[in-house]
Amino acid sequence: MEKKEGYLQEEEQVVNPWEVSAKDGGKIDYDKLIDKFGCQRLDQSFVDRVQRLTSRPPHVFLRRGVFFAHRDLNEILDAYERGDKFYLYTGRGPSSEALHLGHLIPFMFTKYLQDAFKVPLVIQLTDDEKCMWKNLSVEESQRLARENAKDIIACGFDISKTFIFSDFDYVGGAFYKNMVKVAKCVTYNKAVPSFPSSFPHLFSGKDDLRCLIPCAIDQDPYFRMTRDVAPRIGYHKPALIESLFFPALQGETGKMSASDPNSAIYVTDSAKDIKNKVNKHAFTGGQESIEKHRQYGANLEVDIPIKYLNFFLEDDAELEHIKKEYGAGRMLTGEVKKRLIEVLTELVERHRRARAAVTDEMVDAFMAVRPLPNMFD
Amino acid sequence: MGYSKDQLLARLKELQIDFSQYEHPVVLNVEAQAKYVGNMGGALSKNLFLKDKKHRYYIVSALADTKVDMKVLSQRLGLGKGGLRMAPEEALGEILQVPLGCVTPFAVVNESASHVSLLLDKGLKTQECCFFHPLSNDMSISVNVQGLDKFLKSIGRDPSYIDLEANPLVGKDQPPDLAVLVPSGSTVLPDFPEKAPSLQDSTGNVSAGNNSASAKAVKPSVNVQNVKKKSVDGQRPSIPSADAGKFVEELLDRASALLLSEISEDSIKQHGGLLGAEVANNFRKCLTEDLKNLATIFKNTAYTEGFYAGTHYQTKRP
Repeated sequence: MEKKEGYLQEEEQVVNPWEVSAKDGGKIDYDKLIDKFGCQRLDQSFVDRVQRLTSRPPHVFLRRGVFFAHRDLNEILDAYERGDKFYLYTGRGPSSEALHLGHLIPFMFTKYLQDAFKVPLVIQLTDDEKCMWKNLSVEESQRLARENAKDIIACGFDISKTFIFSDFDYVGGAFYKNMVKVAKCVTYNKAVPSFPSSFPHLFSGKDDLRCLIPCAIDQDPYFRMTRDVAPRIGYHKPALIESLFFPALQGETGKMSASDPNSAIYVTDSAKDIKNKVNKHAFTGGQESIEKHRQYGANLEVDIPIKYLNFFLEDDAELEHIKKEYGAGRMLTGEVKKRLIEVLTELVERHRRARAAVTDEMVDAFMAVRPLPNMFD
Repeated sequence: MGYSKDQLLARLKELQIDFSQYEHPVVLNVEAQAKYVGNMGGALSKNLFLKDKKHRYYIVSALADTKVDMKVLSQRLGLGKGGLRMAPEEALGEILQVPLGCVTPFAVVNESASHVSLLLDKGLKTQECCFFHPLSNDMSISVNVQGLDKFLKSIGRDPSYIDLEANPLVGKDQPPDLAVLVPSGSTVLPDFPEKAPSLQDSTGNVSAGNNSASAKAVKPSVNVQNVKKKSVDGQRPSIPSADAGKFVEELLDRASALLLSEISEDSIKQHGGLLGAEVANNFRKCLTEDLKNLATIFKNTAYTEGFYAGTHYQTKRP
């Protein structure tokens, strides 16, 4: 009995690809997570190195520690310095049509990586998995995959360097051979896109090509399995660059959820929706009354608008100023929310404009099995 | 512009589809039609032209006495409870190119209706033959379901018959069973007020210019309809197409807007002769990402045009 209790006490926070929850309504302890998973912290020296290698300012997600952990990123960068390129791999399980900002984050960062390092990208849409686990029809999963592809394309990927594929369309041939080689359960096909030979139309003859996978930290266990298998079949282990969770509007007790529309800002939200959601549902660290607020200042640790601005407000100086004034109580919650609403509205509008330019023909072109002769230019 | 009754009848004859035709005075509804052909042996059909909130259109063609519950249908299509309503009169002319009271499954023969989803009542299959208007309300033709199918297949349509009276549960774990019938090809234009300077047209369906005559290709006329609607509402997104002129206009619009905001009496006083350098700096800071995004869209659109033209790629749309 006692032993059991002791064991239960240890398991305080739960993070795995299927479930995320913090201990008792508190916040996720990322240091503990890095420890437990065994990946590395992404420190400032890495960020500086990326800046040097790419000759451009590092992405806001790197500057703010949104992408904060990695595996083997140093190897990728070492190889890159020697002139050995790599390719990017990321993906999405198209279970619903509605994408929220949390979904966009890995794609936004991957686009930056593609531009900065000038490398190709493969994007996997696991429509077969969603068909099975979410009991959707094959047609519905394929339809959702294409709809999601449009939002993904709207993030600004370069068509001459990007291959998007859906499992239903692409599994077969070289890809399937690798799946069998991996010799795990056949439906586990997240490992396979990290092997360059899975894409003979892109990487034929380049078995030595490394792979970098931007993902949220809860995907780490999945890819740990892949990294185990890779050397056994003669490939480099894929490298990972991992992000924090994007907190739900109501607070950092977990991830955003597709089943609660008020927990997230969706790319289909109107300016009015965004305003309402932030004003009514965002969990703030402001005090209960203006007097108290002026006296004690805001609790930045739990304030959602500040956290969101941390992700999306590009101007470092402005963010610092807001944090300082809000933390000291000189700026009120309403002002911070107002700025956040502006930033999010601009982001969502830009995304929608880009998405409106994505035609079915463009999706077809992105998804066509075709060579990408300029993928490293 | 649209198919005429005679052209349709000729087409049916070409395809060797059996039909009987009955002329009568113009009728605007099923009751009136019944007066003339109600006892002629074929079943009467009722035909609804519907639209959803995202400007997608549907023809529902059913037996006259099949109960069609719009709320249920809306849910089954995944549009929520109140997502479907009768399409406005103008849409009949613009999209189906038929007069009032003349909605008919045959209307999908028109290019302008290629994106309209056709929902057929499985009850039609139980009848020996059914009456429809052949694009004009002064005639009714009776065909059997096989004939209708043959016609639809000849224009690249896959006829889908559904149980319109069914009311299956739609919820978190039960996806809408008819969602696959929602048209996916049309550009969904966002409806938010446009702050940035907007272009005069273009829905982004640039490939419309390069289309080869494939039945499933994107139809320019439908998108023109959408744009017309949007301009009436005063809301239109600005989408640079692979049109170099429009692209440059969009870039210059943004640059001018920024320039105008940067040069004011105050900023001139503040920077004097160095205002030029200051503005140039701000240009890079503020515009680089934005313009790069526009350029990427332009590049992707141009690539897509070339790709489509080069491969006449057969699309795999579900």
